[in-house]
Amino acid sequence: MIPEIGHYTLILALFVAIVQATVPLIGAARDDRPWMEVGRTAALAQFLLVAISFGALTWSYVTSDFSVSNVFENSHTDKPMLYKISGVWGNHEGSMLLWVFILAVYGMALASFGRNLPPALRARALAVQAMVSVGFLAFIIFTSDPFTRLDPAPLNGKGLNPLLQDPGLAFHPPFLYLGYVGFSMAFSFAIAALIEGRVDAAWARWVRPWTLVAWCFLTLGIAMGSWWAYYTLGWGGWWYWDPTENASFMPWLAGTALLHSAIVVEKRDTLKAWTILLAIFAFSLSLLGTFIVRSGIVTSVHSFAADPTRGTFILGLLVLVIGGSLMLFAFRAPSLKAGGLFTPLSREGALLLNNVLMSTACGTVLLGTLYPMFADALNLGKVSVGPPFFNAVFVPLMIPMVATMALGPMMSWRRGDLGGALSRLKLAFLMALVAGMASWLLHGGSVKDLEAAGGLALAAWLFVGTLVEWAERIKLFQGPLAESFDRARRLPRAAYGMSITHAALAVVIVGITGSAAWTTEKIQVMHPGETVSLAGYDLTLNGVEDGIKGPNYTASRASFTARKGGAWVADMSPEKRLYTMPPRPTTDAAIHTNFISDLYAVVGDADGKGGYVTRLYHNTLVPWIFIGAVIMVFGGMVSLTDRRHRIGAPSRKRNV
Amino acid sequence: MRPTAFLPVLIFLVLAGFFGYRLVMIGNGDSPSAIPSVMIDKPAPQFDLPPLYDGKAGLATAGLQGQVTLVNFFASWCIPCRAEHPLLSGLTGKGFVLVGVNYKDKPEDAKAWLDRLGNPYDVLVADRQGQTGIDFGVYGVPESYLIDKQGRIRFKQTGPFTPETIEKDLLPWVAELNK
Repeated sequence: MIPEIGHYTLILALFVAIVQATVPLIGAARDDRPWMEVGRTAALAQFLLVAISFGALTWSYVTSDFSVSNVFENSHTDKPMLYKISGVWGNHEGSMLLWVFILAVYGMALASFGRNLPPALRARALAVQAMVSVGFLAFIIFTSDPFTRLDPAPLNGKGLNPLLQDPGLAFHPPFLYLGYVGFSMAFSFAIAALIEGRVDAAWARWVRPWTLVAWCFLTLGIAMGSWWAYYTLGWGGWWYWDPTENASFMPWLAGTALLHSAIVVEKRDTLKAWTILLAIFAFSLSLLGTFIVRSGIVTSVHSFAADPTRGTFILGLLVLVIGGSLMLFAFRAPSLKAGGLFTPLSREGALLLNNVLMSTACGTVLLGTLYPMFADALNLGKVSVGPPFFNAVFVPLMIPMVATMALGPMMSWRRGDLGGALSRLKLAFLMALVAGMASWLLHGGSVKDLEAAGGLALAAWLFVGTLVEWAERIKLFQGPLAESFDRARRLPRAAYGMSITHAALAVVIVGITGSAAWTTEKIQVMHPGETVSLAGYDLTLNGVEDGIKGPNYTASRASFTARKGGAWVADMSPEKRLYTMPPRPTTDAAIHTNFISDLYAVVGDADGKGGYVTRLYHNTLVPWIFIGAVIMVFGGMVSLTDRRHRIGAPSRKRNV
Repeated sequence: MRPTAFLPVLIFLVLAGFFGYRLVMIGNGDSPSAIPSVMIDKPAPQFDLPPLYDGKAGLATAGLQGQVTLVNFFASWCIPCRAEHPLLSGLTGKGFVLVGVNYKDKPEDAKAWLDRLGNPYDVLVADRQGQTGIDFGVYGVPESYLIDKQGRIRFKQTGPFTPETIEKDLLPWVAELNK
């Protein structure tokens, strides 16, 4: 009964979405308030209906109702409760339902919090949101129904892919989707603005907080995915440039560019068409990410079962949404009048450079991800594009970007003083030089150590540069300390957000540099009692215990003791698990961190003669990557608490 | 109206065209992860293998001439081979000679395996060192090579056959080569 309710409310939601996609639009065109208001009511109704539907599927999972085909395919009574719940979105149908549910949550948020928006703009934005809803609801109902019943009901389910049975991955998809789908808000506002033919400072002020919310979630989602890959794939790496990872990284790059160009629209009333285009891109790339993972057009290590029928449906949807919005852009964008002029050497210029570099980086990732598909279609042979390509093109793009990141905030609007900014950054330059030289000399001073030195110098430049900019804003050491303190207190939260996020990127860069340059690994067969030395640590294999029973797996657990100079550091117990349903082996790395570097141990197969294959890594500075990502999200949240960013707070009349 | 404003939509449509083409190809059964074999349409490599059972006939390259042959690399230690085995048993009298190459295996293990499951092969030879497997380009067992009457490799199955691949790929190829 419960699954039928879910199915029924889902179909009702489709009809409500159709109403929401049309009536407010007509109302806005005719300037008819009651018709426009339908958008708000419909958005709330849609949220309720989809929430009931999502709840019904969750209920079927929690109670292990195997008469529902989707539950039978992906769940099992032995699974811990956490993974019964995460099983809801651990499969194609359920994850699509989560997708529309989050879309409905954002729609509801726009309907409830957007009270200060001009009614016509809000009505149009809600209608655009609903159009996307219609597409995805139809997709679920016609090609991916999660509520299909089985008769007779099987006794037990097939179980969830063991790789997904992990706390890190359980909550990775919801955060990722909150990010992906969050960009639908910027998209809807962009399309609404194109229909109205008006983009102004107030518009940018409304779009920024929504984009920032999406950006925070996406950053966290990507970091969680990376952390998961780091400790479960068992290869010591944290980013593989896999198509699925790229699919989430591209919207992040476009979204980051959008956050910055929206500032220019808000402060200087220019770069309007470009900002609209970025808003369309950020959401389009989110949709493309959904498509790439589900259609089987590129191969990936972790993806959903490829299905060309669904692929065709989503492709049709993409052509309508992306093609349609870009077409609208082509006709309407030239009429958006640009406001303030600026010289290349200005804050606008620096933000524009950031945009160009971000977009180029995004385009490069797109090209690298899709190149195997192009090459195959054009008969250039089967190729795979891997990390060497991405590293070779991505790093050179990021260097000038990080270099301007310290400089940009020091420049004034319209016409900046490059010489002045550079001279105020003397300290940052000095510290970069010191950091680079120190790292270079400490590691032997050979040519191959130069790359790492460059990375650290760049990070120091950005970090110190950001601090200097903040110190200047509060006039630190230029007057009485009390005055600086007072200024610091009154400095807008958005400014703090920027400083924290930029500094956090410096932390991430240190992590990436360290992991790329100084990671050491040893792979060998070890017998119990044997000791291997790695990066100053002595790792002893005490033994391996077989046949440990977990709730739905049996594990072999190795026990290592790590010592440094004879002194005990840590006990580490990596596991190799064989899940029962479905039978699949997984590795569970043991990680001991001191927040600067990780000791990372993986146990592999027995060699049949009493030895075990073990992989031991000393991952330098990898924790900083994840710490940096979390600080970055924190910075975004600080910025969100800015009074001026409070969703719906600004109004057009007061600010223009 | 500015022509450059149409650039994004044009680029997107080209991209969508590629996606559509790719989807049609997947619909036709072409998987983007399929690994093409460089051995297709080349003569089978030189080999001369001893029989698995003493006293039976061995097989050399020259023995492939004159009839359609399916060369199946298998091993008793390989679990997918175990899954493929009953399918092979159903392939007798389908218009080709089934050659089993026991790959990197102990003869006694292979014999015990065949005793238990049955022997579907017309000719059974042993490649204990795996040299012939390397010459054929075997990634991993099971792997099967369909060889025409002139001794050229025409079709390769990477991994175990399934009822679908036998119907869709193997049998049509056999019919074609027997024309």
